[in-house]
Amino acid sequence: MRKLDEALLPPALALAIALVVGDLLILSFGQSPGAVFAMLLEGTWGNAYGLGQTLYKATTLIATGLAVAIPLRAGLFNIGAESQLAAGGFAAALMGLAIPASLPWPVAAALCTVAAVVGGGLVGAIPGALKARFGASEVIVTIMLNFIVLALLNWIVASHLHVPESLHTPEIHSGGVPRFADFSAVFRGSAANVTLVGAIGVAIGAWWFLFRTRAGYELRAAGLQAEAARTGGVRLPRVWLVTMTLGGALAGLGGVNYVLGYKHYYEEGFGSGAGFLGIAVALVGRNHPVGVIFAALLFATLSQGGLAVNAVVPKQMMDVLQAVVILAVAVCVPEVRRVLQDAARRAVMRGTAAS
Amino acid sequence: MIALLIVAQVLRISVPYLFAAAGGLLSERAGIVALTLEGFMAAGAFGAAIGTHYSGSPALGLGAGVAAGALLASVHAMATIRFRADQVVCGIALNLLVAGGCAFTLRLAFDSSSNSPRIAALGEGLGSGLAATFANPLVWGAFAILPAMWWLLYRTRFGLRVRAVGEHPEAATSVGIGVPRVRYLAVILSGAIAALGGAYLAFDQHKFTDGMTAGRGFIAIAAVIFGRWEPVRALGACLLFAVAETVQIRLQGSTALPSQFVEMIPYALTIVALAGFGGKSAAPSALGRSEG
Repeated sequence: MRKLDEALLPPALALAIALVVGDLLILSFGQSPGAVFAMLLEGTWGNAYGLGQTLYKATTLIATGLAVAIPLRAGLFNIGAESQLAAGGFAAALMGLAIPASLPWPVAAALCTVAAVVGGGLVGAIPGALKARFGASEVIVTIMLNFIVLALLNWIVASHLHVPESLHTPEIHSGGVPRFADFSAVFRGSAANVTLVGAIGVAIGAWWFLFRTRAGYELRAAGLQAEAARTGGVRLPRVWLVTMTLGGALAGLGGVNYVLGYKHYYEEGFGSGAGFLGIAVALVGRNHPVGVIFAALLFATLSQGGLAVNAVVPKQMMDVLQAVVILAVAVCVPEVRRVLQDAARRAVMRGTAAS
Repeated sequence: MIALLIVAQVLRISVPYLFAAAGGLLSERAGIVALTLEGFMAAGAFGAAIGTHYSGSPALGLGAGVAAGALLASVHAMATIRFRADQVVCGIALNLLVAGGCAFTLRLAFDSSSNSPRIAALGEGLGSGLAATFANPLVWGAFAILPAMWWLLYRTRFGLRVRAVGEHPEAATSVGIGVPRVRYLAVILSGAIAALGGAYLAFDQHKFTDGMTAGRGFIAIAAVIFGRWEPVRALGACLLFAVAETVQIRLQGSTALPSQFVEMIPYALTIVALAGFGGKSAAPSALGRSEG
């Protein structure tokens, strides 16, 4: 029970704090909080288009959230999801441009997905290798790589691949996946597509890997007690390399949502912060794959909701709320653990005193 | 003349880097990761623009900018020191908070989500063009700040304590140094100093623009790391990065060297430095550890 409390209390507290801050921000704009939050819910879960857009955003966030959460389980902080996501999307688009148009879409989509995994994985492998070989801080290396990789991709697209007068590549020849709108007309216009199913499948796979395989066990051991894990025979450098590569590959998968599911081309800046938001998703989801799915839905709701209420309250309010949620979770996690431990200790002492 | 113009351009570009790197260096030497520099700078720029707009005085505006940076830094200090929240996570959250908060307040105060009204600059009327650069007190301040940081760290009691809590907080505690107190001071001071860099940007452009720090806080972190956490080396790193940026601006439009590759220089050099090429990197040993 205490374990579940420890996992769920910080996000719950953080949401309560964010709600209060949100109320204050809305009041500062002279609007009624109740009405604005109702508008936010109506624009996200209240109609099929809003729901579709929310699910589309959640799809990318599940991928980038896992890309941060899995390495965090190994004690590694992946801040590079933004560029890994871009590299994955770019690789998928390259593959889509290289294959013949006659290829049936499931085969083409599979090839593009593999390319996305490889593209993101390569970018993730660099900080993993530098950490394993030189002990370089993966935090700084991933931050620096974000700038380097994005600049590199911008250069390739701008100088070699772009459609004139645009910042995007030509459309892929094949590999586009069906949108929800293809099955039901109510989703018309929204970008949600079957990639969502894939993302949920990947999250379940990540759960299985973390908690049911030997490699996942070693990964978690390295994060909980690196020294003890090393003594127990875990090769830490190998775990670091594999974990960061895996993180990069997961973020890269997020690129499929945009390239295969939505626009069918790679465009500069398509991630628009989804990589950084992955950090928030992992944090609020408490680094658990199932938690990541729910946290992705929450943050997707906030960012789509920002657009829904922008007419009455600036959408930047959602950036503030996202920041408040991250900060509050970061503050509450150690605090809640301390309080629960104290309570448990007191309970034990009472028990000893009574006997 | 052209040489002097280029020198002035390098100086102008390096001013925000120098202030932010000085702030970052102080915080990191005390053991607190300086990923909040971008936010400190934005807060400084925003405070300076708003302060100058409402008071009509750039000097008061500068004070407001510094206060905004220090205030944000005290939130960071409180979260990471008192509550032992993860320093990297807090840094990222605060950067996001400042970015969103500034844009929100712009809409609230000026009904614009992109920029503040035009403000008077610090040292305005002291000259124009080249003379203005050399008459600007913030430019002189920027070049004095890292040498001053060297003096603070290596020639004062406070500096000795900062280094002690950054290297070995347990040992510092055992000789009676109040580790949290030193860290609070170092982080708040670091926010105030980095905010000067942001304020310079606001005065330079005569307004606050959404996203005007444009990643400079991260270049400053790069300068601290590439400078191996030493003030004088960090000064050199800031100048080097400013020279690269000047070259990039001067080469704009030429096809010999795509600007994206020049952009990468600070980040690539940082990775090379972290990988230990050209000497072991010397991060403070307690950097990032909130316990102790």
